[in-house]
This record gives sequence, structure tokens and C-alpha cells, in this order.
Amino acid sequence: MQLTRSIFGFGSDARWLMALRAPLRRVRRRSRTMSILAVIAALTIAVTLLPIAYLAVRALGSGSEGLAYALSPRTLAVVGNSIALAAAVAISAALVGVPFAWLTTRTTLPLRRFWLVAGSLPMVIPSYIGAMIFIAAFGPRGLAADLLAPLGVEKLPPIYGFVGAWLSITLFTYPFVALPVRAALLNTDPAQEEAARSLGLRRRAVFWQVTLPQLRPALAAGMLLSALYALSDFGAVALMRFDAFTRVIYTQYTSSFDRERAAVLALMLVAVTVAILALERRISRRGSGNYRAGTGCARRSAPIRLGVWAIPALLFCGLLVGVGVALPVGLLLSWLLRGAVAGAELSPVVAPTLNSLSASLLSALASALLAIPPAYLALRSRSRFRQWLGSAAYLGNALPGLVVALAFVFFASNLLPSLYQTMPILILGYCTRFLPLSIGATRSALTQINPRLEDAGRGLGLRRWQVILRITAPLARAGITSGAALVFLSAMKELPTTLLLAPTGFETLPADIWTATSEARFAQIAAPALLLVLVSALSLMVMLWQERQTADRL
Amino acid sequence: MRKTFRLFTLLALSGLIAASLPAAAQDASPLVVYSGRSEGLIAPILEQFSAETGIPVEVRYGGTAEMAATLLEEGANSPADVFIAQDAGALGALAQAGLLAPLKPETVALVPAAFASPDSVWVGLSGRARVLVYNTEILGEEQLPASITDLADPAWAGRVGWAPTNASLQAHVTALRILLGEDAARAWLEAMVANATQSYDNNRAVVQAVIDGEIEVGLVNHYYLFGFLAEDPDVPAANYFFPDGDVGSLINIAGAGVLATSDQAEAAESLIVWLLGESAQTYFAEQTYEYPMIDGVAIDARLTALDEIQSPEIDLTDLSDLEATLELLSETGALP
Repeated sequence: MQLTRSIFGFGSDARWLMALRAPLRRVRRRSRTMSILAVIAALTIAVTLLPIAYLAVRALGSGSEGLAYALSPRTLAVVGNSIALAAAVAISAALVGVPFAWLTTRTTLPLRRFWLVAGSLPMVIPSYIGAMIFIAAFGPRGLAADLLAPLGVEKLPPIYGFVGAWLSITLFTYPFVALPVRAALLNTDPAQEEAARSLGLRRRAVFWQVTLPQLRPALAAGMLLSALYALSDFGAVALMRFDAFTRVIYTQYTSSFDRERAAVLALMLVAVTVAILALERRISRRGSGNYRAGTGCARRSAPIRLGVWAIPALLFCGLLVGVGVALPVGLLLSWLLRGAVAGAELSPVVAPTLNSLSASLLSALASALLAIPPAYLALRSRSRFRQWLGSAAYLGNALPGLVVALAFVFFASNLLPSLYQTMPILILGYCTRFLPLSIGATRSALTQINPRLEDAGRGLGLRRWQVILRITAPLARAGITSGAALVFLSAMKELPTTLLLAPTGFETLPADIWTATSEARFAQIAAPALLLVLVSALSLMVMLWQERQTADRL
Repeated sequence: MRKTFRLFTLLALSGLIAASLPAAAQDASPLVVYSGRSEGLIAPILEQFSAETGIPVEVRYGGTAEMAATLLEEGANSPADVFIAQDAGALGALAQAGLLAPLKPETVALVPAAFASPDSVWVGLSGRARVLVYNTEILGEEQLPASITDLADPAWAGRVGWAPTNASLQAHVTALRILLGEDAARAWLEAMVANATQSYDNNRAVVQAVIDGEIEVGLVNHYYLFGFLAEDPDVPAANYFFPDGDVGSLINIAGAGVLATSDQAEAAESLIVWLLGESAQTYFAEQTYEYPMIDGVAIDARLTALDEIQSPEIDLTDLSDLEATLELLSETGALP
């Protein structure tokens, strides 16, 4: 009876009776919507935690030997290496990403749109290609060494090891910081800054005391993503020969086929992730809830005139775009041309492109939808457990792709053999790996929505799910879309998950690049790599266009 | 917003349909091959097999180690019938887990006894020699050492490259342990690390570094150089075989086995026999510059013939003792 009533609105009872019961029902109905969301979120998160369950089972198999291995000085040294790398990357990504975001939103920087798009592009370049290109350019006998040799430069500083891994990962992850910070800058109300100015604060003080605290959730979320990327990345640390965690895990899996030891190591990575998450929550909580307090509507802030400062600003953007985009694309193009001139046979690229596109698109859509319940609950629920669900998705995010993919091989082949090596499992694998990207983007969009708007909707008679659909979701649209775009471009370039979970014979761009790399055919690396960058760049355009729409409406 | 959403949905649906089309087209149950060897090499020869025998084949490609790890996870539910591996180590790991089925004696008899597993669960399909690749602009052949152990001499400090994470090098170190003894192998590795031997991620990178002059010599498999020679015949590098049965001139294999869980064991084994036939063996020799496993197949003129290589005597199955090698590599600091 209660159910029919809530679906059809009013039942056969007299309306005045319903009206009397209204306050009571509202409380009940609210918890029902929240419960449904909680169930969906819990199921989603349970799937993303599958790899960790798998690791726990495997690690238990190793017993005390595993513990001894985990605590051996060599293992701990490698843990230290990885933590140092993650911390350095997070800090440098913030140091690069925040100025970049600020320059492209708040100033009169010439060609702002161009820098914005070009400067966001490094994130679409897979680290295994990026690092390869870095070595080709800055290696001991690379392009730079050749160019500088006539000038009397005998030896370049070595790029292998920590420095190379740190710089290349920073370059490919600073957009993870820049994009959410940009969105936050666009959505913050200039009135607060103007008030601070009018109360006598200098512009610099306004930035530190008013603007930056408002950026805190976005900044923390972006730094979290770059730190987790640094922890989970294999391509760059392998090519730069840095003894990071992932490299050791790969060695255990692929050289000694020791799954127990690999699981022990991977669980240690999860533990590190928990610590980082706790840190992130502390930082972002202090700044959450950044919305106008007063009445009226937020405006866009007036751009700051750069004047002479435009020159260093342009140099800064030029350096980022030059090293992060022009150099890799240029080198890839030169490999392609050299191959074409030498008459190298180019493999067909249409089918792999369409395959990668469809798998990544479906994953992006699925994660955008699946991210909403945990993100919403994290901010709007009073239950600790429900708040925690949003963070739990991150737990597996620092795991290397190989570990997640092998866990899915194990579960799918043994529990769902009919779905094993089919599209649904591939998409599930991508979603598991990249869900945190869309949860993060959605959550930071939600923090900027004044809950009073939602309360107003409720007060005017909408039910909670209607409020979510008609008020919350449209306001968070930019965040949801950019989350989807992030998942899309991450899935496009993801290698291990694709290789291990894709249907047999399902050709993809990363698999083609991998094949060509293992056969050392540079021309064949270039074509799929350039297509990968191009297609991902389009998704970036969608994301930035969405952001503009939202900004125009606010 | 609605328009964008519709556009997305449309794109996604068409993608889904496009993606599910090829899957719907296959309904016969083909022979499933997991290949740790690359598609460019394996696909043409397996197509030829299907054309000749009428047995349809479906291949999954990946790294040898990743494929072996996948097979270990799949266990009893593996859809695979045949595993083609880049090295004996991965085959050994599967054999140890009891995932490979014994082959018929006549199949095993096709290859020299040194290139098959003693319990007959895998056979070699092609041979690969370990060599010292050197930069011909910096060094002449007469300047190269007589033994791999000489590379630990301080005179070679900083001039040598290797790929310690590579399965071929690890198998080579295992051979060193067996032929020289644990202590000598440890001493050699320690001296190599102290000698600032440059670590690379794979053999290809080592050869590239030798060509670039970043290092002067590198410990690699013999055929990587030929990949570079195919792109540019004038690259300044050549292969050197350590003489007199030195452990440096080890010969290893790429091989294959039939999965114990295969429901088409007969067809699976027929594929392996066919891959040891003359046309497939000639193909491998021409495409990869690897050594054929059967007699009567011509090899590239620039290659030193297999019987001219003074390789050490060793049982390849002993090379599956990878655990101790990895520990040694870690303890000496060669591996992270």
C-alpha cells in the first residue's frame, strides 16, 4: 500500500488525511531514496573491491613467508621509493597545475583557449609512450644530446631513475590537478574575493586567504589522482628504470610467477593508498562547502590584466605545451614519416580505433552513472558507512593495471565463464580501474552546489529523487561530464586490462602500440599512438566545451 | 544537454553493436591458442595452418609472462588449447603447476632432446642464441673477451649493458649458476653490478644503446640485431659468440605445449607437429632469424650456423629454477 502510494502519488485515501501525514512521509521517503542509492553504491563499490579480495586470498596463501618478504629491507626500500615518487609528483603537479588553471581562467593571457586545450593534452599521452619519447629526446644519446653536442655540451644530466620518472609522470598528470582546479575557479563566486579586496586585502593575500581555501577540495582531489597515478604507473617507471613498487610487482608476476609475493606487495600498495586517502580527506574536508552564502546569483570574475607578466606566463605555457605535446606528437610524426619513406607497411587502424572508441565510450558512460550514488552519498548522507563508500572506490586505484586485470581473469574465468573474454567484462574491468576518476570529478562538482537549492526544491514539494534529477544533476553536469571524459581517455590508453580482458581478436589501439613496441617497429607505433592522442583529444574538447556551457550559465 | 546525451547514447549503442558483430559471427568452436609471441609473427603462420588442415584457430596475444600468469589464474577453466611461449621458463612454470598435458613420444622425437622437456610436456619451436652484441665503430672483434666472465673485469666498467628483468637474461644467469656453481655466479653478478653494468628494460633497448654508443657491448639474444639491420643495414653493431663452449653462448628455445584442460587435445597436438614441419620452420627462420629445430631448413647467410656455435652443454629444463636466480639477482643488487 505504502509502495503504490509513493508511485502513484495519492491512493484512494482522502487527501486531507494525506496532507496530515505529509511531514512524516517525507522523512520516510527521503531515507528510501537514500537507501536505494546506498544499495547501488554498495554493489558498485563491492565490485571495485574484488581485486583486493583476490589479493587477500592470494597473500594469505603465502603465510609467514609472505610477511617476512613484505618486511624485508629491500621491499621496504622499494616502498619508500614509491612513496617518495608519489609525494613528489603530487606536489609538482600542483605547482604546475594551479598556475596553469589560474592563468587560463582568471587572466588576460593571450590565446587562452588554445593554451587551455593544448596544455590539457599531455594527460591523453600514455606514460609508456611518453617515457619512450622522453628517452628518445633527452636520453644520453637522444635528440637533445645531438643538438647540444656542437655547442660543447658533452653530457646531459642523466634522466634515468627518480628524476626521469618524476618529471615525466608530473608532465602527464598535472592536468589531473589543473582541470578540477579550473572548474573550481570558474564556479567560485567572485563576490567573496571582491569583498576581501574591498576590506583592504591585497590581491596576493586574497589569493592565499580567499581563493586558495576555496580550491582546496579540487586541489586535494587532483593531487590525490596524480599521486595514485604515480603509484600505479608501470610504463614510465619501467622505461626510466626507477625501482618503484609496480616494477617489483611486475617482476614477481612475470619473471618468477610468484603470485603470493606479488599479492603481498600489492596489498602493501593498498595500505599506502589508505594513508593517502586519509590525508586527502583531512585536507579537503577543511574547505568543503564552497557556495554563495547570500542571495542572488554568482557572476564571472573580471579577468586580471597580466601586462608585462604575460611574457613569463606565455613562456610557462609554451614550455608545458612544447615538452608535453609538441615534442611527443612531433617525434611520433617523424617516426611515421620515416617509416612511410622507408616503405614500412602500416597496419590497418580503422577497426582498432572503433573498438577502442566503443569500449572506452561505454565505460565512460557506465562509470559516469555508477559514480553518482557514491559521490552523492559521500556529501549528502549522514551515515558514516555511506560517506565512506565514495572513498572506498579509490582503494584499488593505486594497484597496477596488471594486478586488477589478473584478478578479473581469475573471477571471470572461474565464476562467469560465459562472460569471460567478452565486452561486458572488459568494460567492468575499465570501470573498476577508473571509477575513482568519475567519482572524484562528480564529488567536487557536488561540493560547489549549495544544499539550500536542494532544500528549496524539497520545500516546494519535489521528492528527493526528483531533486537529484532536476536540480543536483544539472548543476553537477560539468563535473559528471568531465569525470566521464577522464574515464574515457584513461580507458583509451589502458594497456594491461585491455590485453588480458578484451574479447579474443578484438583489436585495440593500445594493443597495437604494444605489439609494435615489442617488435621494435617505430612506424607502426606512431600511427595508432597518434590516433589514440587524437581521439582522446576530442574527448577533452567535449569536456572543456561542457565546462564552458556551465560557466556561461552560472 | 539532452542533445548531447542523445548523441552519446547513439554513439554508445552503435559502438556496442559494432563490437558485438564479430562475436556473433563465430559459432564453431575453434582451436584456442594463447600466444606469447607477437601477432605479426604468429598470425600468418597459423592462418596457413588453418588453410591447410581446415582446423579453425583463434589466437589471443600478449606477453609470454602475462599469458602464463593468465593461464595460472584461469586454472581448470582455461579456454586455451595451446600455449606458444617465448621462453622455456614460462612453459616450465605451467608444467610445474600441472597445467600442461604430455605430448606423444613421436612429437617430442621431432626436436633434438636438448630442446624438449624431459617429461614431454613441451617442445622447442625455434632456437635462440645468447650473444654479445658490440658497437663496430668502437670495438673490433679481436678486442672482445673470450668468456662472459671476463666482462666482470674492471676494464669493462660502465661499458656493458644487460636487461636483468628480461627472461632470457635470467635464464642465462641460471645457466651460469649451474655451470659455474653458485659462488662463482654470485661473485660474477656482484662484480658486474660493481662494474656499473647498465640495466635496460629489454634486449631491444640494449641493442639500441649499443648502436647509439651509449654502451659498447650488451648481453642479448642473437636475433634482436637483425630487426635493426632490417630497418637500416648499416647500423654499427654485430653479434659475437663466446668461443669454446663458454657459458656465454647458451642456446635457449621458444616453444609450445598443450593445455591439460584442452577439449581438443588431438587437434592441439597436430598444430604443434605442424609448427615443427618444414614450411613453418622455414618461416620462423626467415622471419625471426631464429634457429630451426629440424634438419634441412636453410638459415640466413649472416647467421653463424647452430652447429658452429660452441655452446655449453646444459639441460634446458634445469633453467626453470628461476626462483633461486631471482633471489641471487636481487641479493646482488642486479634486480630491484
